[in-house]
Amino acid sequence: MSFYLALKEIWRLRGRYLLFSMVIALITILVLFIAALAGGLANANKQLIEKLDGEMLIYQNNVDLQLTASRLGQSKLSDIRRIDGVADVGPVGLATATVVFADGRSPIDIALVGVEPGKPGDPPLMAGPGLRTKRNNDAVIDQDLASRAGLTIGDRFIVKSVQGTEEEFYEVSVVGITDSRQYFFLPSAIMPIRTWSKVRPQGDGESSTSEIIFNLAAVKLQDPQQFDLVAQKLEYFVDGIEVTDKQAAILALPGYTAQQSTLNTQQIFTLLIGVLVVGGFFQIQTLQKVAQIGVLKAIGSSSATVAFATLLQIILVTLIGVGIGSLGTMLLVLGMPSEIPILFSGSTVISAAVLLLFIGPIGGLVSIRLALKIDPLTAIGLS
Amino acid sequence: MTIALRTDEITKVYGKDTSAVVAVDQVSLEVKRGEFIALVGPSGSGKTSMLAMLAALLSPTSGSIFIGDVALGEIKEKERTRFRREKIGFTFQTNNLVPYLTALENVELMLRLNKTLDKEGKAHAKELLARLGLRERLNSLPNQLSGGQQQRIAIARALVHRPEVVLADEPTASLDTERAFQVVETFANLIHEQNRAGIMVTHDLRMTKYVDRVIQMVDGKVTRSLDDRAAIDLLAQTSSFEAAEQYIGSTPFQYAVAPAASKVA
Repeated sequence: MSFYLALKEIWRLRGRYLLFSMVIALITILVLFIAALAGGLANANKQLIEKLDGEMLIYQNNVDLQLTASRLGQSKLSDIRRIDGVADVGPVGLATATVVFADGRSPIDIALVGVEPGKPGDPPLMAGPGLRTKRNNDAVIDQDLASRAGLTIGDRFIVKSVQGTEEEFYEVSVVGITDSRQYFFLPSAIMPIRTWSKVRPQGDGESSTSEIIFNLAAVKLQDPQQFDLVAQKLEYFVDGIEVTDKQAAILALPGYTAQQSTLNTQQIFTLLIGVLVVGGFFQIQTLQKVAQIGVLKAIGSSSATVAFATLLQIILVTLIGVGIGSLGTMLLVLGMPSEIPILFSGSTVISAAVLLLFIGPIGGLVSIRLALKIDPLTAIGLS
Repeated sequence: MTIALRTDEITKVYGKDTSAVVAVDQVSLEVKRGEFIALVGPSGSGKTSMLAMLAALLSPTSGSIFIGDVALGEIKEKERTRFRREKIGFTFQTNNLVPYLTALENVELMLRLNKTLDKEGKAHAKELLARLGLRERLNSLPNQLSGGQQQRIAIARALVHRPEVVLADEPTASLDTERAFQVVETFANLIHEQNRAGIMVTHDLRMTKYVDRVIQMVDGKVTRSLDDRAAIDLLAQTSSFEAAEQYIGSTPFQYAVAPAASKVA
């Protein structure tokens, strides 16, 4: 009976209900768009760290996991490798530089990453032979750089780096292309650690000939389940290091937490607005129907039937709205320029859509309660 | 004729102590099957409270109501809802119909509520609407119909599930005179044909033309009961009880003057 009443009313007043579904659709677009933006921005910040192929990251001690402040030397790598439970370890150096073009194209800022070929940190390849030697001017570039700079395997490009007060230029060959690995919105070029050490920007007095200094070490464990045990051993036996996992390292990226919490707050507020909008609409709907609901109850509909019909309408209208909104967001994302960091991942969409599906019934609680409380005596003007 | 509805000294008091208002005061009444009665009286006379109690929407403060063999006081709230949809037919002054259901769907609604909507039920609903002159308007929505047509649909809805008692609350309040007469006449005919007990609350004495008995309530009590055909016709013509009573030649006519029980049969 509830289904009959709910569906008949929606069908006969389809203009009104569709309009309201569109309001929910717009809220959905906003929520999903914020979620996708949060995902995209997070990705642009953390991609490189997240994709490092080691369960464990090692920083210099007392730098609050600040990547650029952390300094580790080659000797630390040997100490780390000796610890029981460590399968392999690789250095990771991070710096920024600029790719310049002889033909006058705009330069592209990049993340310059140093790794040891074959060790943790050396990225999997989509194309090309990859890094083979420790010191050649070779680089594996990520997809983003490949497409933005129009580079492919075998091409050469120029990296400009400020060393001391001088601008230095290095010619680098593309030996591989890997998937997208942005670091602070910059596409990346991954080089052998020794080359990186030579190419990276350096201040006065830094010497590229002394021991190679990098920022962190990526560690693969023999058994990832033993993370805590190995971490304890490492911090006990190796001086001056701090062991962490990728999640903590990402949270420590400058501005990452602040940015994500801002976007999450926006998302929560949009959802709350959704609850109020749905609540308001259905309450007005129910208030308009007081006399009609009174008659229905007077002629023998139970309160539960009437309230359940209202709930069904709320669920249906929300479902349609969220459906249209999700589709609309997908179309919107397809039409977005690629510079806007949008990540429309399945899990974000599903979790946001599920939350959105709840806002209807939550918002509608007041009107359901109202429908339950309407006295059949209103039908004869006695309540 | 079998008695379809009976009240034994029912009283309805609203409020308590000093603010207590007696809306219905010890009214006893019997309505037989196939009998159509009008409950008349000025505003505040208690007729709507009376109707609400007969419809199992309101419980009397004291006294009992029987519809068929069932004592309303002995059934629980949830069962009352079921009782209403099975045993009672109802038309209201306004907002009678569900606005998003067609004429036919509104009538079938009673059968749906009772889970008795089958082929025969559908045919019966259509037949009733046809009988009420709405054969061409089966698929019209209420807002496409006149007030009189809406009232007739409400009448069909009140009768379609073959209830024990049919109650009408001011069915002509929003209609012009001509349509009002048409509606009440059709109502009366159907009640007689289908052998239901019908009670119509009205403040318009002209509408008593088609009823079998007129009961007047004043200040919660039954003050008059008129069942002489010629006297009722006179009442309907003159809207004056005095004229009707003079015609009968027995003044006061069946007055229930006692302050206690006012028994009318």
